[in-house]
Amino acid sequence: MKDLPDTEITLDQAVKFLWEEADILDRQDYDAWIGLWDEAGLYVIPVDPDTEDFADHLNLVYDDHQMRRARAQRLQGGFSISAAPPAKTVRTLSRFVVTASEPGSLTLRSAMHVVEDKFGRQRLFAANVEHRLIATPEGLRIGQKVVRLLNSDGVLTSISYLF
Amino acid sequence: MTLDSVTKDPQYAALAKGDRVATPLYEDPAIFDVEMEKIFGKAWVWVAHESEVPGKGNFKLSWVGTQPVIVSRDRKGALHVLVNRCRHRAASVCEVKKGKTSSFQCPYHGWGYALDGSLRAIPYAEGYAGEFDKSQLGLRQLRVGTYQGMIFATFDQEAEPLEDFLGNAKPWIDLFMKQGGGFPIKTLGEHQFKVPMNWKIQLENTTDAYHFPVVHKSFLQSLDGETNQTFSFMDDDDGWVEDLGNGHSVMVMMPELIDLDENLDEPIPERFKALAASLEDRYDDAQIRRIVRAVGGCGFNLNLFPNAGCSLSFFRILRPVSVAETEIRHIALGMDGGPAEANQMRLRLHEHFQGPMGFGSPDDAEVWERVQRGSAGGVDMDVMVHRGLGLEEDSPNGLPKGDISAETGMRAAYAKWQEMMA
Repeated sequence: MKDLPDTEITLDQAVKFLWEEADILDRQDYDAWIGLWDEAGLYVIPVDPDTEDFADHLNLVYDDHQMRRARAQRLQGGFSISAAPPAKTVRTLSRFVVTASEPGSLTLRSAMHVVEDKFGRQRLFAANVEHRLIATPEGLRIGQKVVRLLNSDGVLTSISYLF
Repeated sequence: MTLDSVTKDPQYAALAKGDRVATPLYEDPAIFDVEMEKIFGKAWVWVAHESEVPGKGNFKLSWVGTQPVIVSRDRKGALHVLVNRCRHRAASVCEVKKGKTSSFQCPYHGWGYALDGSLRAIPYAEGYAGEFDKSQLGLRQLRVGTYQGMIFATFDQEAEPLEDFLGNAKPWIDLFMKQGGGFPIKTLGEHQFKVPMNWKIQLENTTDAYHFPVVHKSFLQSLDGETNQTFSFMDDDDGWVEDLGNGHSVMVMMPELIDLDENLDEPIPERFKALAASLEDRYDDAQIRRIVRAVGGCGFNLNLFPNAGCSLSFFRILRPVSVAETEIRHIALGMDGGPAEANQMRLRLHEHFQGPMGFGSPDDAEVWERVQRGSAGGVDMDVMVHRGLGLEEDSPNGLPKGDISAETGMRAAYAKWQEMMA
């Protein structure tokens, strides 16, 4: 782990950052989204709602830097039929709870609702999202993001955007 | 029209026409009802893998067509498939997806059933006149059969033995299970998603290589060059599709990976080299090569009529929900007792393509839904499955064998559909 600046991340800074991320994802500006990440960070959407051992369990998404870039390329490259055109989304993050805080990093859990619109129908997803944010000289970056979808181990639909 | 008059109508079978099928097969709720009775009510239907109910008292909820069932293992280790419906007033007796128990109890009036479905006890039995004959009111039992760890069930007590029904598919199932790399196979988890489409659109897809480079272009672009080569089966001329009879078919995409125990001295692909190196301290070279080869999965898709696919390294199970709704399970398979990093790589490969957010499945789901949406237009036009017809040879089984892109497997499935709907 590299040295982090010895700065405190405030809840206000963190929430503004998460709302910016939400806006980027709803605009599907995936290049900008990749830029929000610390390269060593892991983006996980587990199937098992209770597990912390993501490596040994099946996930919906288990992306390191390389897979995140490949996913961004797939979603915006124009060659994925499910993302050309993609569903439109509007998401809301709320109910922020700080779960860990130390100099240079802040972990917070939030509630997220995503409404998807495609083919004249709308679908709703709800999730608990945990972000670990880290302070860098260039600003906040995502050190880890875990999205726990309601019904993650049940029957979902296909999804061609990001949570 | 009542269901009784529908099921006696011989015109349903005539809607499958060999090289094409009538559009109402995707659209007509009355046909769906008949399918649930004549196909899912009669055929051997895949319900679970034995590793999902490994020990005594283990159970797992599943479905046969639209009917909810419980797959259970009793105290003697025998498997049972029971309709999840109390014989008294029809409440489901279990709503826990998977677990371990000694009995099932109806939450409504307390009727209790053993793991084999027999009725054990009812509260306040004195409210029934005479002696209450419990032996007549157990949970409805399906016939159960297993082959290579796969559990099948049928409502038809007169059905042919499971092994006869699987027939020519059995040698391919044997080959599929070699992906255990010498270890028993176990399920590692599953992706589940629902698509607004008829179930047969998914059944067709497991034996459809023609779509692969078109629909999965973005998946192919995400692979390294060597792996991309592995998936270039539409440009090679050595793959094939074979009718196996009884509606089953096999699509061989990578002939060099049919038998995972053969040609083990071939060079290890680049993407598996790190895995192979990590195993050196625990396994000899031959076993490492066997494990590494197994991690990539088999080079074929096996379609088992009506609801199961054995595909590369996972089960693809469909469940018809209604005429235009189908649920799909992609069950990842791994090595029970095998090295953790090999199973981890299996999981990562599965996540890469499969499931609601994989690089492949959402694109499949998109085109399946497009088929359902498009079939609302021009219902008098047929759906064509005639690709490869006239170019086929006879297989060693005396059945049609076409090139990799031929729609031979779909015609095989529709021939069985026609036979069962007659």
